[in-house]
Amino acid sequence: MNAIEVKDLRKTFKVQKNREGLKGAFQDLFKRQYNEVAAVKDISFQIPQGEICGYIGENGAGKSTTIKMLTGILVPTSGHLSVGGFVPYEEREKFVQHIGVVFGQRSQLWWDIGVIESFQLLRKVYKVSEQDFKRRLDELVERLQLQDLLNRPVRKLSLGQRMRCELVAALLHNPSIVFLDEPTIGLDIVVKSEIREFLKDMNREHGTTILLTTHDLQDIEALCSRVIMLDDGRIIYDGGLEELKNRWGTGREVQFQFGTGTKLAQLQAWTAGLPVEWSAENDLGAKVWIPLEINVSDVLGQVVGKADITDIKIIETNTDDIVRSIYQSGSAEKKTDANDVTEDESVMTHV
Amino acid sequence: MFSGASAYIDFIRIRFLTMLAYRVNYYTGILIYTLNIGVYYFTWKAIYGGGGELGGFTASQMTTYLAVSWMARAFYFNNLDREISTDIRDGSIAIQFIRPYNYIMVKMMQGFGEGLFRFMLFMIPGMAIAMLLFPVKLPTAPEAWAGFLVMLFFSFLINSQLNVITGLMAFFVENNEGFMRMKRVVVDLFSGLIIPISLFPGWLADIMGFLPFQAITYLPGSVFTGRIQGVGIWHVLGIQVLWFLLLLIPMVLLYRMSRKRLFVQGG
Repeated sequence: MNAIEVKDLRKTFKVQKNREGLKGAFQDLFKRQYNEVAAVKDISFQIPQGEICGYIGENGAGKSTTIKMLTGILVPTSGHLSVGGFVPYEEREKFVQHIGVVFGQRSQLWWDIGVIESFQLLRKVYKVSEQDFKRRLDELVERLQLQDLLNRPVRKLSLGQRMRCELVAALLHNPSIVFLDEPTIGLDIVVKSEIREFLKDMNREHGTTILLTTHDLQDIEALCSRVIMLDDGRIIYDGGLEELKNRWGTGREVQFQFGTGTKLAQLQAWTAGLPVEWSAENDLGAKVWIPLEINVSDVLGQVVGKADITDIKIIETNTDDIVRSIYQSGSAEKKTDANDVTEDESVMTHV
Repeated sequence: MFSGASAYIDFIRIRFLTMLAYRVNYYTGILIYTLNIGVYYFTWKAIYGGGGELGGFTASQMTTYLAVSWMARAFYFNNLDREISTDIRDGSIAIQFIRPYNYIMVKMMQGFGEGLFRFMLFMIPGMAIAMLLFPVKLPTAPEAWAGFLVMLFFSFLINSQLNVITGLMAFFVENNEGFMRMKRVVVDLFSGLIIPISLFPGWLADIMGFLPFQAITYLPGSVFTGRIQGVGIWHVLGIQVLWFLLLLIPMVLLYRMSRKRLFVQGG
């Protein structure tokens, strides 16, 4: 069963146009002009139960707007939406009982009261029974090591401490679907990895479906089996992370250091027949670029044993580089199959 | 709507406790309100001169009316309009919408928590000070007190409804600061806080009869100072209940409409 189903989802906003000059300001006073801006343009995807899905894209690509529609905060302009069997914006109060949401940039705890009091209040808001609450809280507190923080007021917590408390606040009612909007923003590496571990465990133990937006691709690499990439309101990639790397990563680079001088021509001769490119700074160091189709070991085999090698370094294009190049090129150049499929679907439903 | 009553009650309790933590802020408030009563007291004393009656008020009734009106304001006043408009403008309204409760109900409850605090730590001590300083005559009949408390509660409801409506305007205009200031002046003036409505020019007093503001201060104050008695008290209460019900309509409509207008600023 799908936890989240989205079809042709669209959201447009009216943005006020400010005319220039004094005359323009006067005109604005009497007759406002608006621009229609589409933040999310007819996107479709499904997320099965128990999946952790990363939702990435540049700033302003429409990630947060999508999350806000999925959580019932915003009413979509058009399209179909089903989350956990509910249409979020229609039965908001009933629906939100089943989801958990963390906004990394906004606190959902009450600033002036103690952490534990916030949790108690949420218990009542979500109508969680006293026993369930206690069991769940103990589990979460132990897992996230919050014992010492419970009696402090929220305003006295550090960002890392607060974020762990935010997670507890979002999960106290044991939601089956969790939305995380930049949950690791601004956190140090230790807290980040703690939170990742925690999310992974939760997904494994409770089968929680997680949709996660982030700018930190290490979050995605650590957690997600699948990524949806958004650009300018449209989905430009939907599939596995490995596949994304394979599709967009163009090759690897191997750096050699030699004990005795080795000429570039010599190196090229050894690997003749393989479509690799050599470059050298001097006789003692050289780089070879190997396309994905060729095994690194094949190239190494040709060189190792013949040359006097003191050091080898294999550099794989990392996800950051890949994603950066996708963001920069936009959706235009390298269209993925996944994208074609979703576009076909959307065409079908229009018919 | 009421299935999570215990959570709603908790919002009253927590707001009360939060206010208690900042109670020092209100000591100056008591002083300012007493000062206000003093200023108006001496102004009216000068106007009355030797005696007589103005707009159906004797000088001593006017003093009591002043003290009661200002102290009632100490209870029913709140900043729900500002809180709501801030929530909307900085986008934290998003957090409110991911919870299984009604945002407006929560705001009303928080307002009531604040009201309770203001009643106990602002209105009652303020009244005691006013009574020491000025010749305020409070009624002795328990019915008058019971009636006044009920009416005071409706003053709070009507004033808070107006605040919620003003706050929700932030969905529709880019900056509703002006609305909020206007509302504040209009409520203070037209509710009869500054000048009792019976002293307004006839036509204006007639118009006031069709507006909700008189139900906030003027009518309850008139009952408490003994100007309205007997059956008239029920009449006043009827007007308050009517306005409470009538104001529910624009409030709910505005809230429904705003759900569609919502767009969350700042990510």
